[in-house]
Amino acid sequence: MLAEDSVDTVPEFRRRMAIRVHVNGSAVEAEVTPRSTLLDWLRESVGLTGAKKGCNEGACGTCTVLVDGRRMNGCLTLAVQGDGREVLTVEGLADPDGDLHPVQRAFVEQDAFQCGYCTPGQIMSAVACISEGHAGDEGTVREWMSGNICRCSSYPQITAAVLAAADEIQR
Amino acid sequence: MKDFGYARSIDVASTVTALSRGGAAVIAGGTELLNWFRLGISDDDSVIDIGDIGELRGISQYGDELFIGALATLNDVESHPAVNSGAAALASACRQAASAQLRNRATLGGNVLQRSRCPYFRAEQPLPWGCNKRSAGSGCSSLAGQHERQAIFGWTEDCVAVQPSDPAVALAALDARVDVTGPAGGRSIPMTDFHLTQQEAVGSGNPQRENRLEPGELIIGYRLALRPGQGQAYVKVRERASYEYAIVSAAATVRSEGGVIREARVALGSVAQKPWRLGDIEPELVGLALDRDALMPVIDRAMSAARPLPNNGFKTVLAGRAAARALLLAGGAA
Repeated sequence: MLAEDSVDTVPEFRRRMAIRVHVNGSAVEAEVTPRSTLLDWLRESVGLTGAKKGCNEGACGTCTVLVDGRRMNGCLTLAVQGDGREVLTVEGLADPDGDLHPVQRAFVEQDAFQCGYCTPGQIMSAVACISEGHAGDEGTVREWMSGNICRCSSYPQITAAVLAAADEIQR
Repeated sequence: MKDFGYARSIDVASTVTALSRGGAAVIAGGTELLNWFRLGISDDDSVIDIGDIGELRGISQYGDELFIGALATLNDVESHPAVNSGAAALASACRQAASAQLRNRATLGGNVLQRSRCPYFRAEQPLPWGCNKRSAGSGCSSLAGQHERQAIFGWTEDCVAVQPSDPAVALAALDARVDVTGPAGGRSIPMTDFHLTQQEAVGSGNPQRENRLEPGELIIGYRLALRPGQGQAYVKVRERASYEYAIVSAAATVRSEGGVIREARVALGSVAQKPWRLGDIEPELVGLALDRDALMPVIDRAMSAARPLPNNGFKTVLAGRAAARALLLAGGAA
């Protein structure tokens, strides 16, 4: 049908792609291989090792970052798919003067971790969970935070931290 | 992950042209494809990113009909007012699928193309066991191995896997159609016919086949009739309260008067390699009271056609009860 009309726009496959991503408020330009995930690129090229590589298949959530304000698994996003977007990692959460974000403070105050490996993902997911309006009660928080696994099983403390931070942010 | 070439597509037509040349996979959310590349399930040399094609993104209402573009994410669908009022089973199915962050990437177009969660299938190559879906003729390790979560309808000795999609079950119950386009033009496929059981695949001449997409074809979106006057429900039975695949699921729509069913649709999930619509018994449900004891004998007749494996007979019981619960919830009686 349209095939013959569209030859001009048939995309050309490339093995390297130039990208420009706003990471924690700063524009970062880079050339990446298409198979580089946003997670690997952030950790290994940009030097932001906050987002962790847990399962590398979208099952654990510790790679969670915000892309244009929405939480996503960095391991299931290609770096090229971050082109032109705003990416926020846990490193970009605190104020430049070092004051912690309310969610970070709540995690400290509620002792919402043991080993800490899942914490960057939990915190980024919690920031989104609160802004989405899914932090009104314990059951809702547990449902909407279920994509972040905590092997130490600090779920009661994490839930308490999300509720406390939501209370502070929405006050 | 394997290396691959990448191109960003700007329109459907050029995507179809590029796909028809072969060797390229479509990427949108990437929640399946990237894991296929990691495990060796896909070995396509290049990917076409359709994420920027605006015409595939929206959710639009035309009178009583809803069109959901293939690029709508599961969170877009679950939060959409028209979906929640007129296709509530679909909203619920999307909400109960995956996790919040996965639902921000996963699209409704890709969701129905996800493949089995069978642990023998989803292993990194080289596989230490047989799997006919990974290597034709290597055997099905699940048949004689772990198969508690596998099919009770439509399987063959070559493969006993189920289609794990939640939204597909709701779409099947809602009589949704899948709009596709390809080198030969556009067409529309009922959701209930989109996937094939293993038995149907053998009948089609290609036992590997899992859906009716032809090479070069692309899902454009879904069309369904909104039914705001009907109760709807999606029941997902699983081992965790959240973020877990279904053991079985059921989607139902019910129009009732005075506690009596006037119209009903019901489909089961995770019992076959396709959503399993209980179309044969839907007429028999009409006139029945919205009462478990009234529904179960009719549902049990449909479930008597099940052919469970040695260790998954419990799914026949569970699926029948899930169907009853979905009907009762949809009818406001549970």
